[in-house]
Amino acid sequence: MAEKKKITKPGWKNLPEGDLIIGGGTAMQFKTGDWRSERPVHIPEKCINCLTCWVYCPDSAVIVKDGKVIGFNYDYCKGCGICAHECPVKGKAIKMVPEREAKIETCK
Amino acid sequence: MKDIIEIRWHGRGGQGAKTAALLFADAALASGKYIQAFPEYGPERMGAPVTSFNRISSKPILLHSGVANPSIVIVLDPTLVASVDVTEGMPDDGILIINSGKCPSEIKKELGIAGGIKVFAVDASGISKETIGREIPNTPMLGAFVKATGILDFKEMLEDTRKKLEKKFKNKPGVVEGNIKAIERAYAEVRS
Amino acid sequence: MAKGNIVARTGNEAMAEAMRQINPDVVAAYPITPATEIVQIFASYVADGLVSTEFVPVESEHSAMSACIGSSAAGGRTMTGTSSQGLALMAEMLYIAAGLRLPIVLAVVNRALSSPINIHCDHSDTMMVRDSGWIQIFSENSQEAYDNMIQAVKIAEKAAIPVIVTTDGFIISHGMERIEILDDADVKNFVGEYKPKDYLLKLEEPITAGALDLTDYYFEHKRQQIEGFKASKAVILDVAKEFAVIAGRSYGLFEKYRLDDAEIALVAMGSTAGTTKVVVDELRQKGLKAGLLKPRVFRPFPKEEILEALKKLKAIAVMDRSDSMNGHEGPLCAEIKAAFYDIGVNKPVLNYIYGLGGREIRPEDIALVFSELSEVAGGKEKPKVSYLGVRE
Repeated sequence: MAEKKKITKPGWKNLPEGDLIIGGGTAMQFKTGDWRSERPVHIPEKCINCLTCWVYCPDSAVIVKDGKVIGFNYDYCKGCGICAHECPVKGKAIKMVPEREAKIETCK
Repeated sequence: MKDIIEIRWHGRGGQGAKTAALLFADAALASGKYIQAFPEYGPERMGAPVTSFNRISSKPILLHSGVANPSIVIVLDPTLVASVDVTEGMPDDGILIINSGKCPSEIKKELGIAGGIKVFAVDASGISKETIGREIPNTPMLGAFVKATGILDFKEMLEDTRKKLEKKFKNKPGVVEGNIKAIERAYAEVRS
Repeated sequence: MAKGNIVARTGNEAMAEAMRQINPDVVAAYPITPATEIVQIFASYVADGLVSTEFVPVESEHSAMSACIGSSAAGGRTMTGTSSQGLALMAEMLYIAAGLRLPIVLAVVNRALSSPINIHCDHSDTMMVRDSGWIQIFSENSQEAYDNMIQAVKIAEKAAIPVIVTTDGFIISHGMERIEILDDADVKNFVGEYKPKDYLLKLEEPITAGALDLTDYYFEHKRQQIEGFKASKAVILDVAKEFAVIAGRSYGLFEKYRLDDAEIALVAMGSTAGTTKVVVDELRQKGLKAGLLKPRVFRPFPKEEILEALKKLKAIAVMDRSDSMNGHEGPLCAEIKAAFYDIGVNKPVLNYIYGLGGREIRPEDIALVFSELSEVAGGKEKPKVSYLGVRE
């Protein structure tokens, strides 16, 4: 989860006119990870690194390094489960874990 | 409002009543006048009676209402007089110019004109058939109009119309010459 | 003082001529009577290579305005034209263009809205979109239509507000008049090159346009638009000043005709203002102190300035060529009456609904309004709203 901080929003005098958002790639600033109720968990032992999950992820939240899946970017992963659904491995190399349990897991 | 000459054109859809009013306005403009030319619009139906109008003045024209009392009326189609009151709203000293082979006194009787309206007649249909090869009475009527009213200088009007036609019929020089000849003949042949 | 070339042009031809000289980047349009000729003539300029405009023939007015929005957001100088039902179909997109602050110029030939179906002039179409966030400039004649189109480009771009320029359907759109056309080079210099600050095709500095704007930002953006509208009055006047230099013709937010010493006056927009001037001149010859105020800019509504011009009058008649269907008065009258409330003045203001569906408005009709005004100025009572020229 992204750290919560108090944001002061600009008034009408300080906004770009015409509902424009200046600059590219501004979706990066919009962290959608807190929409998630289930998170994908990667099981490296089962993974064949076919990268099907990487192709399908609508949020580009599958992290790949040197051709291998190494995990998920939980800042942006909305927990849609498409990666787990598309995983071609028998018994699945990605499992969806309820966020509540996952958190407890990370707390341990 | 007396500074303004108001004109009404009667024709049938497709006969060029609107074009005649526009051509005349253009010619009047070329001679330094202020002008208006506008059609009375409705659904466009070939053959239906239509009217169009001009205002001519030496001062800017601000009026944007219709023309109710034209001092000059031009009738492009003689058969219209059976269904349309072409003298409606005309003052007693008005001028009526009609495309007809009949003589003006006869037309006056037919229309029941008792007062002072002056009637001019020219066989514009016949002239256009001979010079242009088709029945397009509007351009020869311009010639008759200038002769009957003296509003414009004939030579200037002829030159201006030639220029306009040359622009419109870039690839048909015969059409231009035919029209010019038609105007000249109507100017010479119009009777009162 | 004539600086241009004198030609005979209908309102539609005059507007198309202005568009040729402006040479916009994109025109996306769909035809509708009586505005068809504007884009039809312009399309022939495109075909003949007289302009470098990308002409986009679309399948509806909704699409026309959508394409214009895309083009304008991409950074192109964009124009189009329509009328009546076409404007109604555009309505959804008009709000979007305005909210995105896109400087599109739209020529509207005023025509009655259906039903009953009618192709002739009244102002109900532009009144329908009066709150859409577009500047609205009315033209009395072909000359003003031409001049307003050229100024509109600059106004829109400076104010970041789209502009509607109107003419009265058929009366002006199809009426040929003597007008002065500026030299191509003068118009080109006047409108200059369009250099938007932010636009979608500026690849080195990307932007997002049209993002979702909910409870936390929408109001701020609307406030910007409102403030932009307030500021646009000055922009319109600045552009008029610049235009006067090249054209020798002066424009303001409205025109006063023999108004300064008048006791009674009409307020009328569009071609009726011309006819009213003729009647004012006649009444003046008879010794009646009659005048006219012709709003040129209806949006933004120049409230303070109009009040200043009207406040000394004994009685006023507001001519509305549309009705608000509010059960009491027309839209122009409502604006003017509301303005008087703010300065605590209760002045006799008569409202005349006239000319709906192209119903003729003659000098005699206007003379009748003035005679009723005279009676009211003398203390007589008259109906607050009258329907001029309708059969009872």
